[in-house]
Amino acid sequence: MLLEIEGLNSHYGRIHALKSASLTVREGELVALVGANGAGKTTLLRTLSGVHPASSGRITFDGCDITRMKASRRVAEGVVQVPEGRQLFGPQSVEDNLRLGAYRRGSGKPDDDIDRLYEMFPVLKVKRDQPAGTLSGGQQQIVALGRALMAKPRLLLLDEPSMGLAPLLVAEIFDAVQRLKREGTTILLVEQNAHAALAIADRGYVIETGEIVLSDSGAALLSNERVRQAYLGL
Amino acid sequence: MFAELLQYLLSGLTIGAIYALAGLGFSIIYNASHVINFAQGEFIMIGGMASATLTASGVPLPLAIMIGCGGAMLVGVLVAKFAVERARNASTVTLIIITIGASIFLRGIAELVWGKDFKRLDAFSGETPIQILGASMQPQSLWVVGTAGVLIVAIGLFFARTLTGKAILATSHNRLAAQLVGIDVKRVVLASFALSAALGAIGGAVVAPITFSYTEMGIMLGLKGFTAAVLGGLGHGPGAVAGGLIVGIAEALGAGYISSAYKDAVAFVIILAVLLFMPNGLFGKRGTERV
Ligand SMILES: Nc1ncnc2c1ncn2[C@@H]1O[C@H](COP(=O)(O)OP(=O)(O)OP(=O)(O)O)[C@@H](O)[C@H]1O
Ligand SMILES: [Mg+2]
Repeated sequence: MLLEIEGLNSHYGRIHALKSASLTVREGELVALVGANGAGKTTLLRTLSGVHPASSGRITFDGCDITRMKASRRVAEGVVQVPEGRQLFGPQSVEDNLRLGAYRRGSGKPDDDIDRLYEMFPVLKVKRDQPAGTLSGGQQQIVALGRALMAKPRLLLLDEPSMGLAPLLVAEIFDAVQRLKREGTTILLVEQNAHAALAIADRGYVIETGEIVLSDSGAALLSNERVRQAYLGL
Repeated sequence: MFAELLQYLLSGLTIGAIYALAGLGFSIIYNASHVINFAQGEFIMIGGMASATLTASGVPLPLAIMIGCGGAMLVGVLVAKFAVERARNASTVTLIIITIGASIFLRGIAELVWGKDFKRLDAFSGETPIQILGASMQPQSLWVVGTAGVLIVAIGLFFARTLTGKAILATSHNRLAAQLVGIDVKRVVLASFALSAALGAIGGAVVAPITFSYTEMGIMLGLKGFTAAVLGGLGHGPGAVAGGLIVGIAEALGAGYISSAYKDAVAFVIILAVLLFMPNGLFGKRGTERV
């Protein structure tokens, strides 16, 4: 088990945003977490990355308890997040954003990895010297994804990578996610776009008002009556 | 006529270089932490006092400057850690009051250690004035301007070229994202205080032969540095440098053509004008709100 979350609770002041959530991700798996607006998906990822504190419960990553570990160390351990709304370093160039993605990897050759990313996403190469904030939404999402990949994630957390994108771009992002999975990256994908996420996921979890209410294989959730009504509009 | 103007410009440039360093210090800290650090002037004072008193007791000048610089960096880190970090979620005004408190505290300690009187530091390479087109310039002024120039260029390269510099900038642009790429944002804040302290202390040491050193020397220099930073647009490095030079030159011209009694008033007229008419300064885009 690469990631194991047990009974995780998290609060914003008195708002109980995550209620005893449990979830696991195995090495090489693509796991989807779906749920409506405000269900607590982002909170789960923020707590996983250590930028929001857990009130109680436990997060185990590759056998180590990381519940109280500093955010910066979790990145070094390989837990890397593409946050909601991309969160680029807007005034800095695309290439600087990518290099900063490799911030925790003191050694190694970021240059080779940047070249590989440019091959994978040619648009990054074209825009390399432009301030990241001037790119279109879809291009920014690719920069955000590329920046996370520069950290050599062992577990990639994606928070609504398709949000606000035109359908064509959504398809491109989901293609990229599938390609990463094929290449062996373990992924926890958070989406409001439940259909697309469950369709490519090995397993899925459904979260409602801070509680995980369902979990099953992606295919089983897609045909689950409750999921179809609540999230797929069928 | 011309010689007189040149004379004022040269003395304005000299003191402006110190304001520029102080202004840069304000901007670096503001960028990393959104704190307006009114203890910046105390870093200058520590540099000036340490180099003057250490050389007086026989320590070689370069070593004295290094010790002063190291001491100021340590003080900067302590201010960040024990005064600022603990009030992480406080409002801008509270944080300003905290840094003002820290500066009063540091002046008090300095007075206990060094006493209240003026300390003299010999000019680094003599006092034979250099004649330039009818104006005369102390060799120490060249030291001030040259040192400030080198430091400013070095800082520019640090932020533009090194990963650490880029990480500090990244933290100022987006704190959450900085954490998510693994930057330890608390350490960035500490580093920014240390860096600003070093700039201030070196500035204090090179300007000490001109201004003398005393425990209250940081008050005015700090306020002028703040004026420089606000004039250039708080958080905008090159703006702070330009702001420092503008304040220094305006002050020298005011003192020369109007009255030296109004020397300090010039900076305050500038800061009031900036705050009233262009709160984002000459180059800044953002407001001064803490985000
Ligand atoms: N910074 C915050 N302060 C206070 N409450 C918050 C904060 N962030 C989120 N919440 C609350 O916590 C709950 C969970 O929010 P969260 O952002 O995790 O939901 P989400 O599933 O990611 O929603 P969305 O699909 O809209 O991104 C919501 O009720 C939200 O209002
Ligand atoms: Mg969300």
